[in-house]
Amino acid sequence: MAALTEEQSMIRDQAKSWVTEQSPVQKFREMRDSGIESKYTPDTWQAMIEMGWTGIVVPEQYGGSGLGYLTFGVVLEEVGRQLTASPLFASALVGASAVLLGGNEEQKQEILPKIVDGSVILTLAVDEGPRHSPLKTALAAEKSGSGFKLTGNKTFVHEGMTATDYVVAARTSGEGAEGITLFIVSASADGVSREAVTTFDSRGYANVHFDGVTVNENQVLGTVDQGYPILESILDRARAGLGAEMLGTAAQAFDMTLDYLKTRVQFGQVIGSFQALGHRAAGLFGQMELSRSCVEAALQAIDDDADDLPKRCSLSKAKVGDFLHEMSNQLIQIHGGIGMTDEFDAGFYLKRARLLEPSFGNRAFHRDRYARLLGF
Amino acid sequence: MSQQAALEEFRVSTKAWLEENFPQTLVGSAMGLEGEADDSTKADFELWRQRLADKGWGAPTWPAEFGGAGIGHPEAKIISQEMGKMGAFNPIPLMAGMGVTMVGPTLLEYGTDEQKTKHLRGMASGEIRWCLGLSEPGAGSDLASLITKAEDDGDTYKLNGQKTWTSGADISQWCGALVRTDSNAKKRDGISFVMLPMAQDGVSTKPIRLISGASPFCDTFFDDARAEKSDLLGPLNEGWSVVKRLLQHERQSQTQARGPGGGTKKPSFQQIAKDYVGVDDSGALADGDLRVRLINHLMDSEAHGLTVNRITAEARGKVEVSAAASILKNSATKIAQGKAELTMELMGSQGVGWEGDNYTKEELDNVKDWLWGKAISIYGGSFEVQNNIISKNILGLPENTQKG
Repeated sequence: MAALTEEQSMIRDQAKSWVTEQSPVQKFREMRDSGIESKYTPDTWQAMIEMGWTGIVVPEQYGGSGLGYLTFGVVLEEVGRQLTASPLFASALVGASAVLLGGNEEQKQEILPKIVDGSVILTLAVDEGPRHSPLKTALAAEKSGSGFKLTGNKTFVHEGMTATDYVVAARTSGEGAEGITLFIVSASADGVSREAVTTFDSRGYANVHFDGVTVNENQVLGTVDQGYPILESILDRARAGLGAEMLGTAAQAFDMTLDYLKTRVQFGQVIGSFQALGHRAAGLFGQMELSRSCVEAALQAIDDDADDLPKRCSLSKAKVGDFLHEMSNQLIQIHGGIGMTDEFDAGFYLKRARLLEPSFGNRAFHRDRYARLLGF
Repeated sequence: MSQQAALEEFRVSTKAWLEENFPQTLVGSAMGLEGEADDSTKADFELWRQRLADKGWGAPTWPAEFGGAGIGHPEAKIISQEMGKMGAFNPIPLMAGMGVTMVGPTLLEYGTDEQKTKHLRGMASGEIRWCLGLSEPGAGSDLASLITKAEDDGDTYKLNGQKTWTSGADISQWCGALVRTDSNAKKRDGISFVMLPMAQDGVSTKPIRLISGASPFCDTFFDDARAEKSDLLGPLNEGWSVVKRLLQHERQSQTQARGPGGGTKKPSFQQIAKDYVGVDDSGALADGDLRVRLINHLMDSEAHGLTVNRITAEARGKVEVSAAASILKNSATKIAQGKAELTMELMGSQGVGWEGDNYTKEELDNVKDWLWGKAISIYGGSFEVQNNIISKNILGLPENTQKG
């Protein structure tokens, strides 16, 4: 854990005890088994709003606490530990970041307080195919009067079914980084339709279709054709935040495994006394420590607006991605047969791990990006 | 004054002192190895060592009465940062052998006042070099199985046996040795730590040649060698706890991911890669497999650096030897060895030279780094021993009691 300020430590302790007591992984199991369409329970979401978590990166003048991204990361890590499902990450981190980075004063005043009080769930619609590739954004935004008409599809939109609004990355001209524009579009606007996609982590995602959706110039976030740098900045915040959640998920998997190593008896020994398993645990522990440093450095870089922020965010997503991938596999392997049963929680962690991996760029994406940022 | 402001003030005065006292002729003389100073700079080198010693900056965190400056770790870090900025260096820890980094900190903790007064100043001034007699031919990772004997002989102990991997034994004035003082006790219980002068009839040394060529290592032989009883460090037969502490200091000193060459300014690793391998139209390294491995190496290296910073920040400048030392030693090892291997691959057939004009200095240096680097995962507690320490001491996994 980073050298946290008193306020950050307080929030971490609050998050830890709330998640452990009010939202343990058993709650996630109940949510899954209930088949609820929103893929999270309204009372969980309401509790997060009441604790002020939806305002952590929103400045005080817009109704938040403005504590920043490292603090948000501390909360997301705890949320990741017990797999608590909610739109917290998608809206209060990614959506709020989009408005903070791209919005004009009017948009900030209009939208941010509603993200904080939960009346708006704003989520980012960026991917259009199986791979995260923002430079290839193709959803068409054609000039129409003083506004635009949006036509195309977005895939794998986080919390896409419960979102009230989307930040949509669209192509207004050119190719690659040139000619991308961001729009805020209501989920209930004429021409917007969506369908739930059923993923193995039992969380909420949607494919969203835009069929000649009319948007006016007030719905542009930032500047027409100049949306890409803002999009990158939003995505980096998403990657850093998701990294914190991934760290929490992996750390919990590690703790569960370590506990099992100390209690499971075979051949008349607790299995953790076998050197092969002791060394494996030592290796995973080392990976966890290194991952934590990368995750915290990325979040800190955002709070400091550091020059190497993009590099740090790709480092974080790739390194914690490696660790979570390996840890979630070892969680099953070391638990043996019990790890394969649905009755035990290991499967939830494995499945969640593989959904977090491709979100906002998989490990390969971030390795390539890291190299390009370093000039090779 | 806030702590921050006090540190800033310290930085300003440090910079001023360095500017006034560091001889400009020594700028960039690699790592400050005394052997690398040529005749023209020898006098300046000696002057610089003396000034540092007088200031107590050879071992700045040690108490002033024992040759240090009595300052905290944040201040010491500022000194080394400011030195780095102007190409200055502190040669004393290297000149003292194992003195400043390992024996000294352990002496400060376990030594009597008399021992501290007798030994610490010589280390902190770089005038007395120390070696360590720990490993033996039959006691490597299983150090506690050592058999070098020390017998009670009146005012002295009489030592007989062979130590190996004693770094710098042939040029050291003093040695800290782990010896068996009770052969009947269980193996960890009959061990003591003694200090003895190297210049005596009963001590002889023989350098060891390695796969990388000449090395600082020696075999050291004790044939009725003598150690004063007053130079027993810690209680008799309790040397094992002394050496455990000593080895923690060793791990701590090995947590920096620095290849054996290190120090001087070099082109970035990615630049070396581009020079030898070339790039494709998009500017990416032309060999996709090497590119991925270079990325992984650079990521590991950055993650390691961030972890060192994080752990330092969390300790908030406390002197404690961190429990994370084993993790950091293993990750530093992986990075240093990986870098040399990867460099050799990037250099292709230019990466395999032993000597001669067909190869650049950089190419030949890497070969030495590569071969020497194989030692990093063996010395100071092997990679496997570190993993034992992590699994037992940090994670709390139990000992195996299985029979047969």
